[in-house]
Amino acid sequence: MLTRLTIHELGARFRRGEATPSQATREYLDRITSFDPQVKAYLARTSEAARKQAAESDARFETKKPIGLLDGIPLALKDVFCTRGVETTCGSKILKGYLPPYDATVVTRLRAAGAVLLGKLNMDEFAMGSSTENSAFFTTRNPWDLSRVPGGSSGGSAAAVAADLAAATLGTDTGGSIRQPAAFCGTVGLKPTYGRVSRFGLIAFASSLDQVGPFGKDVADAALMLQTIAGLDPMDSTSAPMPVPDYAAALSRGVKGLKVGIPDEYFIEGLDPEVEAAVRAAIATLEDLGAQTQRVSLPHTEYGLAAYYVIAPAEASSNLARYDGVKYGLRVPGARDVIDMYSRTRGAGFGDEVKRRVMLGTYALSAGYYDAYYGKAQKVRTLVLRDFRRAFELVDVIVAPTTPSVAFKLGERADPLQMYLNDVFTIPVNLAGLPGLSMPGGFTRTGLPIGLQMIGKAFDEATLLRTAKAYEAATPWRERKPELVA
Amino acid sequence: MSDAYEVVIGLEVHAQLRTRSKMFCGCSTAFGAPPNTQTCPVCQGMPGTLPVINRRAVEFGIKTALAINCTVNADNRFARKHYYYPDMPKNYQISQYEEPLAEHGYLDIEVAGASRRIGIQRLHLEEDVGKLVHEGSLETAQSSQVDFNRAGVPLMEIVSMPDMRTPEEAAAYLKSLRAIVVYLDVCDGNMEEGSLRCDANISLRRPGAKEYGTKVEIKNMNSFRNVQHAIEYEIKRQARALDSGERIVQETRLWDPDKGHTVSMRSKEFAHDYRYFPEPDLPPLDVASAWIEQVRATLPELPAARRQRFTKVYALSAYDADVATQSKGLADYFEAAATGSANPKTVANWVLNEVLRVVPPDDEKAIAACPVRPADLAGLIALIEDGTISGRMAKDVFEKMLASGESARAIVDREGLVQVADTVVLSTVVGTVLSTYPKAVQDYKAGNKPSLGFLVGQVMKSTSGKANPAVVNSLLIEQIEKLPKV
Repeated sequence: MLTRLTIHELGARFRRGEATPSQATREYLDRITSFDPQVKAYLARTSEAARKQAAESDARFETKKPIGLLDGIPLALKDVFCTRGVETTCGSKILKGYLPPYDATVVTRLRAAGAVLLGKLNMDEFAMGSSTENSAFFTTRNPWDLSRVPGGSSGGSAAAVAADLAAATLGTDTGGSIRQPAAFCGTVGLKPTYGRVSRFGLIAFASSLDQVGPFGKDVADAALMLQTIAGLDPMDSTSAPMPVPDYAAALSRGVKGLKVGIPDEYFIEGLDPEVEAAVRAAIATLEDLGAQTQRVSLPHTEYGLAAYYVIAPAEASSNLARYDGVKYGLRVPGARDVIDMYSRTRGAGFGDEVKRRVMLGTYALSAGYYDAYYGKAQKVRTLVLRDFRRAFELVDVIVAPTTPSVAFKLGERADPLQMYLNDVFTIPVNLAGLPGLSMPGGFTRTGLPIGLQMIGKAFDEATLLRTAKAYEAATPWRERKPELVA
Repeated sequence: MSDAYEVVIGLEVHAQLRTRSKMFCGCSTAFGAPPNTQTCPVCQGMPGTLPVINRRAVEFGIKTALAINCTVNADNRFARKHYYYPDMPKNYQISQYEEPLAEHGYLDIEVAGASRRIGIQRLHLEEDVGKLVHEGSLETAQSSQVDFNRAGVPLMEIVSMPDMRTPEEAAAYLKSLRAIVVYLDVCDGNMEEGSLRCDANISLRRPGAKEYGTKVEIKNMNSFRNVQHAIEYEIKRQARALDSGERIVQETRLWDPDKGHTVSMRSKEFAHDYRYFPEPDLPPLDVASAWIEQVRATLPELPAARRQRFTKVYALSAYDADVATQSKGLADYFEAAATGSANPKTVANWVLNEVLRVVPPDDEKAIAACPVRPADLAGLIALIEDGTISGRMAKDVFEKMLASGESARAIVDREGLVQVADTVVLSTVVGTVLSTYPKAVQDYKAGNKPSLGFLVGQVMKSTSGKANPAVVNSLLIEQIEKLPKV
């Protein structure tokens, strides 16, 4: 079964002539047909285009001229990325039927690397949510337990990798939207440093926090995906003019002598004891591998959530103003005048959570409230960043739980505030713009994956990947797969 | 106007920058293309797009800032200004708010021979909006269409201090500012096409009062005349209201040039809350001092300096120098014609009396298109000075030059317009005229000097205007002296 293989394993078969991209693509498409009705990861499949891309890749392998390690590898994209001529909804009714006239920079880079694109993946509407229950279309299921959520907002991307419905996927992370679903679905998910990967063509939620990152079946695959998409983009002025190191080369360096920080504020009341035990065990494993661990303090952690729920909605209220029925996407007919058209279109096109955040953000930016909310939240953001800077004077990488609990049941967190609390350990990393990774750190007694989070210095994804690789090699978690019955 | 009030005027001027591409994307800024042909996903506000700052637009801003004595801020940044309108693709405008490109400048103007210094509060950059095209009239239209060609064209906004006290000062400030942007070649200064737009803030207060009165903003004044008339009207309206004990409402009023009055557009009591916040898609704009100095080195001679030089180098009167430097095109025209001329004052007379008879002094395009080129005007003047044609003949030749665009020499040669200065030839004509008009001769002898003018006229008539008037004059006097007095 080619679908069980990592990118590296699959690519090796292509190069040895033991399999072709078309065979792999066919197996993935078949598997999607068999299992996606249960998992519901895909919003749209681009089967025909995928077969064509695979055939082109076949030809390159036949002439022994593959583009690189991603050539012929079947991948899929969160529906937040613009894909030329392919419907891109961002999980929202307001963009139903929208065909972007251009490809996002990351999509261009994947195409240029020869990747096969299988389709677009489900997500919480406009990336606002932690369960995909806010998708305007349907909820994606956790492949480990179909009665549970896959996490969100990149729930489709995580579930697709976990259920072998794509070799790897791209998602986005604004407050934990890659790491939390990676934790819930037992995959590797990497949120790079803000500015590491271009946001051009990524439909904005909160511009100062959004970042593109990969989901992979293992650490090496995540590293390869990052290698392909990272680097300066002249179309994104916030992308960083920093050289992109060779991540593959960093993987094998081990953790001997590496200084690992354990943040006190991430082991708090409300943390699931099974999660805590797994993370403590992981720390012990890293020590066994030669890492030096020490406690560090990130004292402003508890204020991160509040600051985030001012900043992110504020930016979202602005970014989502363009969905007005004038230019593209939904327009509700029968309006008396233009204001009425706006109201009807936005009223019908946005879901509850999006409306909630647009209202929150509009309020926070209003004259007379700006300083008290947005201004204050920016100050908190600076303090959160300062916490991390101080900690990173002492350590090379920070290890913590990704989420306070494992995947919860569908419909279990109806209260938005309960849902927001899910992101308490991931949000500070976005506020500080740092890279963060989540990987399987064990399983609960009932067999649900537990996420282990690693946080790095700005633009030091290499150290994160190296730590993650060492831990992965020393533990059996990667061997486990969810059992799906057709 | 009632002297019971002191008038306080401040102007906000928007200048479209003459960059080839738009403020935040690569689309052309050319005027007049078919609707929506100069657009791309960025300036159409498509989901996922990001702005990239046009370096040239910033340079134009710096250039202007230096010319109006502003301090350029090393750290400045863009901000989003929110309001819903269908001609604005994102429903926010990228502008500058708390940290503009430049601040604290001034402009010296002259009104009725007195110099006044008008403070400039700030200069900032922003993007223009598109245009709505209504099917039929605004009242009866069944639908409206949007043309985004103009959306994203770079705009520079220059805000004065409330330092002007009369409509004349406001007009002088605007003229002076316009001359500067045109001199700098950063804006074409065309008010009718809207590349230069002006809004005025007007309030009245009792002389000696410390506090300003309630201000009213006047929009839609698309010519210097309109600016002056609108302000004059608004001052009268406010004075009348105050005289009858009314309260001035803070509002925006539109100038109706046909009806000659202002009408209320929207009351500030229902004012927009623009919810400004720093544009997260653009990093702060760093303007290094080296860059500023580089731009300073490219600054051309500005109108005030040129005016002064014209009085010194060409010995023009202050008034003539002022008129000649009203626009760059006119000043360039004068200088081109005056260079190499023995008598620049004569050139100035021709430019200011004859050329300005056919082209408006501030219409750069008309000046550039004037059929009589500066070199041709210089050629015409040279023909007068070397005696080839008379000043009177020259006026006719000038008309022909205007009509045909030919050089003076070509017209003179073709039409045989060489003036007759040969005393032998002219003596015969003079003799005939004297014998034809004995009465005029006797009148002259009796002391009626103007009779000589009549006789000169008759000689000119007989020679079809070709006779050299000076030679005719002396021949007439000489021959009359010889005639007996009866």
